[in-house]
Amino acid sequence: MNHYPEIWGRPRDDIYGPYNSSYLQTTGPKTYTQSPAVTGTSVIAVKFNGGVAIVADNLASYGSLARFTDVKRLRVFSDSAVIGFSGDVSDMQYIHRLLGSIDIRENYSTHGNMLNAKNLHTYLSKVLYKRRSEFNPLWNHLLVAGFDEDKNPFLSSADLLGTTYSAPHLATGFGAHLAIPILRRLFPEEKPLEEITKEHAEAALRECLKVLWYRDARSLDKYSMAVITAEGIELKEDQVIGAQSWAFAESIKGYGAQIN
Amino acid sequence: MFRNNYDNDAVTFSPQGRIFQVEYAQEAVKQGSVVVGLVNKTHAVLVGLKRNAEELSSYQKKIIEIDSHMGIAIAGLASDARVLSNYMKQQSLGSRMTYGRPIPVDRIVTQIADRAQTNTQHYGKRPYGVGLLVAGVDEAGPHLFEFQPSGMIHEMLACAIGARSQMARTYLERNLEKITNSTRDELISHGLRALKETLSQDKELTVDNTSVGVVGLADGGKGKIESFKHYEGQDLVPLLEAVESGEAKEEETMEVDS
Repeated sequence: MNHYPEIWGRPRDDIYGPYNSSYLQTTGPKTYTQSPAVTGTSVIAVKFNGGVAIVADNLASYGSLARFTDVKRLRVFSDSAVIGFSGDVSDMQYIHRLLGSIDIRENYSTHGNMLNAKNLHTYLSKVLYKRRSEFNPLWNHLLVAGFDEDKNPFLSSADLLGTTYSAPHLATGFGAHLAIPILRRLFPEEKPLEEITKEHAEAALRECLKVLWYRDARSLDKYSMAVITAEGIELKEDQVIGAQSWAFAESIKGYGAQIN
Repeated sequence: MFRNNYDNDAVTFSPQGRIFQVEYAQEAVKQGSVVVGLVNKTHAVLVGLKRNAEELSSYQKKIIEIDSHMGIAIAGLASDARVLSNYMKQQSLGSRMTYGRPIPVDRIVTQIADRAQTNTQHYGKRPYGVGLLVAGVDEAGPHLFEFQPSGMIHEMLACAIGARSQMARTYLERNLEKITNSTRDELISHGLRALKETLSQDKELTVDNTSVGVVGLADGGKGKIESFKHYEGQDLVPLLEAVESGEAKEEETMEVDS
């Protein structure tokens, strides 16, 4: 016995000769994606009277580098739903291809594509759950906005684990911390959906985006907004956050290089 | 020994362009007892005449519920129908699992048609010896489809397949207008009357030999459905009585006319 624990229990070199380490595995267990690569930050969405509004900025970051500034993270599905993606951008593109083939397949039937946003959310949550169960997750947190089978506004979330939840307003990523409190203040639980107009919802989302632009270092002031109503989907890309004021930055203490 | 050289398998065409095995399969459908299907604007109804193999045996099932929004009626080899219906049940549950929605009727009918067609194009396979009537509702309303062993499918307003089904088809063709504009209960009566037309002289519809399946849109509208309901045994009494009282009324009016 010596004082090297890693030797304990092993054949002693002085008796058996040096250990042939070629029998040992040099590779670890097989692994898939352990972290996302190119990522999108928050998606925020709000239900209002007669529809749902959803926003996401147009940035795809590579780590902390603002790598792509014109990435559309809101994807429209067959005039019936909008999906907002945060997380890995290549996984978003993969899911988008899946959605494309579903749309084509559905349109072969006599009555066209009858999948609504709720059906789509169920499907996506199963895809995400299957992939996490294979230890090969699609690294996204997504929001699905549209209508359910009773033509009521529908908004629900699904994440890389296949977890789902829904609420009158939802946000992913940093937005879950910074936008949700704002939305809860603007649209408290006791306020009925009927009192929230489309304009209220849009203004609230812009306000949230601005706060995120000020405080989330992985965000951008160019964004896309989609509004889903019974009339259809109105998607505005290449929007810009206006009326910025950085005066407050002066008062921030305790971060970064400060002289005093 | 053979009728001809071209009916040994389902993959060889005859010089006239026919596939005899498929045609024989369609004969098996004609041997099966009759089933009738019909739709109006809100409902789809299946009625079938059940046969018992012998006096002391039970009656062969003619109508099978696939899901709460859909059912089938079968004419031909019941065991082949069970294979098809199990497949349809699986597909239907699959749709509910992955999309959270009842599978559209035309979708599932196309799927069984594709399966049936494969059996007519691969050596060593045999066509299904069964014809189906598929009745169901989806977002586009009530539907009735006819399925044949050849893999052909048709959406129908009213249809009858099986032994002596021509009589029922004649009834359906003559009353198509009335059927399309009927209420739920009238639709069932029309189905039963069409079925009655096919009976031979010494037979009649009883609670033992009749089977009825109904599915449709619920009164409330807004996409809510009235789930598939299978009427058998004593549940049939009011339906059969409605047919008889309807006929009695018709006879009265005819007397007035003459």
